[in-house]
Amino acid sequence: MGHHDLSQTEIKASPLDIHFPDSDGSRIPYEVFSSQAVYEREQERIYRGSTWSFVALEAEIPHPGDFKSTYIGDTPVVVTRTPDGSLAAWVNRCSHRGAKLCVLPRGNATSHACLYHQWNFDSQGNLTGVPFRRGQKDMAGMPPEFDMKAHGLKKLRVDSYRGLIFASFSDTVATLPEYLGTEMRPWIDRIMHKPIVYLGCTRQYVNANWKLYFENVKDPYHASLLHLFHTTFNIMRVGMKARSIPDATHGLHSIITATRIEDDTSGAEYKAQDIRSMNEGFHLEDDSVLGYVYEFEEATTNHIQSIFPQLVLQQIHNSLVARQLLPKAPDKFELIFHFFGYADDTPELRELRIKQANLVGPAGYISMEDGYATELVQRGTLRESKSCSVLDMGLGKPDQQDTLITEGLIRRFWSEYQTLMAL
Amino acid sequence: MTSLDNLLLWFDLHNLQERYVSVLDNDQLEAWPDLFTKDGHYEIVPKENADADLPIGLIYCNSQSMMRDRILSTREANLYEPQTYRHMVSGLVITPIDKTTARMQSSYLVFRTNQEGDTAIYQAGKYEDLVVSTPDGWRYQSKRVIYDTLRVATLLAIPV
Ligand code: FES
Ligand SMILES: [Fe+2]
Repeated sequence: MGHHDLSQTEIKASPLDIHFPDSDGSRIPYEVFSSQAVYEREQERIYRGSTWSFVALEAEIPHPGDFKSTYIGDTPVVVTRTPDGSLAAWVNRCSHRGAKLCVLPRGNATSHACLYHQWNFDSQGNLTGVPFRRGQKDMAGMPPEFDMKAHGLKKLRVDSYRGLIFASFSDTVATLPEYLGTEMRPWIDRIMHKPIVYLGCTRQYVNANWKLYFENVKDPYHASLLHLFHTTFNIMRVGMKARSIPDATHGLHSIITATRIEDDTSGAEYKAQDIRSMNEGFHLEDDSVLGYVYEFEEATTNHIQSIFPQLVLQQIHNSLVARQLLPKAPDKFELIFHFFGYADDTPELRELRIKQANLVGPAGYISMEDGYATELVQRGTLRESKSCSVLDMGLGKPDQQDTLITEGLIRRFWSEYQTLMAL
Repeated sequence: MTSLDNLLLWFDLHNLQERYVSVLDNDQLEAWPDLFTKDGHYEIVPKENADADLPIGLIYCNSQSMMRDRILSTREANLYEPQTYRHMVSGLVITPIDKTTARMQSSYLVFRTNQEGDTAIYQAGKYEDLVVSTPDGWRYQSKRVIYDTLRVATLLAIPV
């Protein structure tokens, strides 16, 4: 057998020969976090497949002509408010020769001209102008049969649910409300129940696979163990009233909540188990950062809701955020925290929301560790692609939802991920 | 103001800025809040929000107490890779308002060195300061850090 044959055999072997030893999502081979082939397939089957991706808050583009450049997966897209007030989204690629059309991150324009040869498009993505289309003097221009209608930008399906804008490459994906599902919608309604105001965003660039972050927001187990701010300053204990609920249809979305119980005795339990989290003697000089103004029916301190594949809707105390999770490479993701308040906030409540931005984001008292933790996994697993993570917490009671000590939501995610990815 | 007054003012404020850099770059974080007045403000916001007049940033403290809390959390609660900053500051412009107040602006560049000893440009941006003369010397009444490097690399644990 010659060298030629050998290389042919290698080419024929599936590039995605990835083995999940269990189908229940409890053992995940680490190569899914570093493989370029997996990353490529995710772009096609997930981001450009039958899903809805969060792209913007309506409050970011309130006026006709407003636009925002963003991404679905790693495909650059633009979402716009058209002159009639409706929403549109298109791939940010000129239909002439492929130049990135919109080069500004945000702005207001009712037409978008490509820098290269000045082809012009409206907010909906229709081609409206081609310079020298009819030529000039004896110079020919475009062929007479050139069809302007056939050369618009690649348009995406776009819809908004309660002020959250999603876009999709798929013509066959369920409607947005159906895609969000009956378990998830009431929780979105809870946060997005009245008009909001966009307060700005912060961005974080992390050297880890995006799914490590998606696991992180489905992982209530880590909250009091990794984020020591909680316990150092006595904010939250495992003994809170808790929920960990997956979407019932496919399990890709989920909601985690924690609600304070007044006579909490779990501190003693921590001490008994000698967990490093229990520190005595530290207190905040100004604990207004942990203030809590009652504004929801249930006084949850934490609401962490992941909507697959690129949204995490969050309420932590009175801090309201839509986090957009964008994959950049197998070992890189960007996280964009879109902060908002309600239009009818009192000045005091608005000030509290701004103050509580200290809790979340890249410098967040109770979130700065998340990016770091995902990087540690990325580094630790670099040459261990065939080894697996262990996700057994709460395995004995797979249907239990009133718990924070569980990896059940992560298991549900991985089971469906395998189906979606045909792995 | 006479040119001697100007020279003294420049000397004092330059000195304040150098001390500011020195405490952050040499792990004297507990001394950082002391460079502010009791009701001093510190915030670090991305340029995109500052340009759009949006309030959100990475850290927002509206008192020296909040600054001490931030340092206590950095020391005792938060987990991050040990790291060192080196600030390069330039382009200092001082605009006196009256005898005891002035505005300051300067550009900064922060290099961050990690545990392995790799150094990277961590952040570029500018300082917009309001400084006041107190019995203890010049102090920041407010320091607004506006960073150009919009995507924060992994995390921000130490004030810039
Ligand atoms: S590439 Fe856009 S006009 Fe030519
Ligand atoms: Fe976390």
